[in-house]
Amino acid sequence: MPRVYGGPAGWISVLVPAAIFVWFLQFLAPVAAGEQVLIGTDWVPSMEIRLSFLIDGLSLTFGLLISGIGALVTLYSTRYLGNHPEYPRFVLFLLLFMVGMLGLVLSDNLIALFVFWEVTTISSYLLIGFDSDSAKSRRSALQALLLTGTGGLALLAGMILLGNAAGSFELSEILTMGDEIRAHEHYVPILILFLAGAFTKSAQFPFHFWLPNAMAAPTPVSAYLHSATMVKAGVYLMARMNPTLGGTEPWFWALVVAGGFTTVFASLLAVRQTDIKQVLAYTTLMALGALTLFIGAGTSSAIKAAMIFLVVHSLYKAALFLMIGIVDHETGTREVDRLRGLARKMPVTFVAGALAAISMAGIPPFFGFIGKEFLYKAGLELEVASLWVTGTIFAASVLMFMAAGISVARPFLGRTPEALAATHEGPAAMWVGPLVLGGLSLWFGLFSDLPEQWLVAPATWAVYGSTAVEVDLYLFREVNAAFILSLVTFAVGFVLYLARDRIRALLSRIIEANPIKFDPGWDRVLDGLKALAEWQTRLLQSGVLQRYMVITFVTLAIGMGVTIWTKDALGPLVLDLAATFDGLVFMHWAVLVFITCGALLTAYTSSRMTAVASLGVVGIGVALIFIMFSAPDVAITQLLVETLTVVLVAVAMLKLPNLKLRNEERRPGHAALSLVVGALVTVVIVAVVQDDIDRRITDYFEIASWPEAYGRNIVNVILVDFRALDTFGEIAVVVIAALAAYALLRGKRPGRVKRGEDD
Amino acid sequence: MVNSIILNAATRLLVALLLLFSVYMMLRGHNLPGGGFIGGLIGATGFVLYAMAHGPEAARAALRYEPQNIAMMGLGIALAAGVYAVFFGDAFFTGQWWFAGADPADPDDKGLPISSVLVFDIGVYLVVFGSILTLVFALEEEV
Repeated sequence: MPRVYGGPAGWISVLVPAAIFVWFLQFLAPVAAGEQVLIGTDWVPSMEIRLSFLIDGLSLTFGLLISGIGALVTLYSTRYLGNHPEYPRFVLFLLLFMVGMLGLVLSDNLIALFVFWEVTTISSYLLIGFDSDSAKSRRSALQALLLTGTGGLALLAGMILLGNAAGSFELSEILTMGDEIRAHEHYVPILILFLAGAFTKSAQFPFHFWLPNAMAAPTPVSAYLHSATMVKAGVYLMARMNPTLGGTEPWFWALVVAGGFTTVFASLLAVRQTDIKQVLAYTTLMALGALTLFIGAGTSSAIKAAMIFLVVHSLYKAALFLMIGIVDHETGTREVDRLRGLARKMPVTFVAGALAAISMAGIPPFFGFIGKEFLYKAGLELEVASLWVTGTIFAASVLMFMAAGISVARPFLGRTPEALAATHEGPAAMWVGPLVLGGLSLWFGLFSDLPEQWLVAPATWAVYGSTAVEVDLYLFREVNAAFILSLVTFAVGFVLYLARDRIRALLSRIIEANPIKFDPGWDRVLDGLKALAEWQTRLLQSGVLQRYMVITFVTLAIGMGVTIWTKDALGPLVLDLAATFDGLVFMHWAVLVFITCGALLTAYTSSRMTAVASLGVVGIGVALIFIMFSAPDVAITQLLVETLTVVLVAVAMLKLPNLKLRNEERRPGHAALSLVVGALVTVVIVAVVQDDIDRRITDYFEIASWPEAYGRNIVNVILVDFRALDTFGEIAVVVIAALAAYALLRGKRPGRVKRGEDD
Repeated sequence: MVNSIILNAATRLLVALLLLFSVYMMLRGHNLPGGGFIGGLIGATGFVLYAMAHGPEAARAALRYEPQNIAMMGLGIALAAGVYAVFFGDAFFTGQWWFAGADPADPDDKGLPISSVLVFDIGVYLVVFGSILTLVFALEEEV
């Protein structure tokens, strides 16, 4: 057992995923028998949100990969980052991510799935930006957050549409309703929104550029998030939704075109990199593209191939990332031109890397060979677009062979240069992970019954939506087209590897000549957004109170006017003046006159002080009306607020030199606006009182107030008991408003942070 | 700050009365006009008066705690009163009651009712009180 660094955080970070992995093992047997396990509890029952988990072949395969690779990666991190001052924080983020990812693949409820989806987005933002002193890390983190977050919002919209279309938010129910969903009128919008979420998360072209940038994260993060788990969340989503959304023309072409293009495009970019971590980043993109491609192709053999390749890729890619992390840790560089002959200095790392790289190159008897064979076989068997699918996967496999050579053969073989003479093997905690994963790549290839029975077959059934698919993995059975294609792949790949420098130069020339650049394009999009924000801030946030009031009231008037106009909500408006004024006694008339005088004085005075005071008169008049119509609580509140407002404004004004009102020329406009708003409010009120008010809620409050809430003051009982949550929201707003105003008033004079004494 | 002997002298009496009255208004709120919101407003009025008579520095000193902290404390108390119900298996913000010294045989005898609802109202009082004073003090110091 290697020593675990990093203190208690280190132990926790290793034991938690390991325990989860062991816990998952118990489900292997029932799931392999074709069962589904549902575990759940009501979360927000009134909104049909359940915290429910579905364990079937797909989620179990993902769960085992996430927890198993998670344990190895965290063990690796104890040495890679164990001495970092922020190491416990790193562990927190990584475990948070793991929780999000596990929740995502296990959730049976769409809304819960979305919440976990966002947990992975946020925690990956924190992990990519872990080196927060570097501007590059921060930019990459923000880019990943904005892109995948935007996709997440689209996904939420899609989920709500889907949930409404299906009448349920439970995946286990939705999965059985594929035909209804595909025939639904909202099918295409649902599909577009889901794919927007999946393509951004899984970095499909044209959203691919955030993934290579995310390599700014520490290497364990890259190995975990950006190869084995997070980026596969999009793939998971597509696989999960295949029985529901898949099998249609739009689905097929969207996935096959985007996936195929990403596959070839990413492979080409991969072999032109000189930083091995970047090579691996782009090959990850290729793998994601291939998975998308084959899920889109949708035949049973394509799904089977995708599930095999999912496991194959997770194993070798995590191992390779961890391997390059060790090399970086020991030599201080990841540049392919500076690394040579490390095999003699770091034998264990070399063995681990070589096992993984051979699997990546697809050489028998490794698991990667089986993966590639089944991809070819599925591609050749397709009835539509067979040439496109087989061609892209052939091109990608050739380039993968070359990339495997660049990542392992090139740095480890040959003679050790002087500069690397002092290099030595990395610590055991670091090479255990890649060695286990690389070893599994070989073991699964030699004994392919194991992954077939426990992982691939159940996952294929879950994605295909039927247990009728026969899954039988084998290394070699006969010389067929797929096998011949494999041999050609090796030959071409080997030639390309030898000519790698010339190819790199050629690719660089082509890419530099290409005017469309995505990463700088992203900056331009952000600049455009900022310019838009500045423009609308200048337009609306002038800082002049008068303008704010005008904007607010114009908006109010338009809102009310348009609603009345379009909804035709008023019906015949009867303003029966006689009935309105009938029954008013002298006191009522007195208050009316009182209010009217106050309002007129406010409008016509040229002194601010008089205006404020007469506005107070209006307020007190309104308070009197509340008293007369037996609403004492409201009246008291109104009176107090009025008093405080007048006092406050008066305090402020005492110190203002200029008490004369300016902007005389604007007054007609303001008067017109006031009249319009006043007229509209009057119309709305007349319309409201004209209809009978629904008294059901009022009656309930009146009846229940004393026997159930033990209070005789219904207003107060509503505030603190029946609708306490609303009140809580309101007082939170009060606090926020006060703090914001405080910050504004204080913020003007930074020198006056310290208060008192000097006055 | 207004230099007026009358205001100064009257403030001393009025502040105490206003604060007392504000607590009274809050406590009676469940059965009669009043409540935490009104109580908080009245209490704040007392300190606003004090700040006008003696200046915001003196009012801050008299208050002892930062008004924004009082407001946040109120928000916390209100939240705690809501969460309290969850421990009894009720929904968030369900009122929890304890009738101290009530005679179980007599349904009309509620004894001294103490409730999470009252605690919530105290939270509302503190929020309103603290928020208004945060604003007023900052404003008075500014001008």
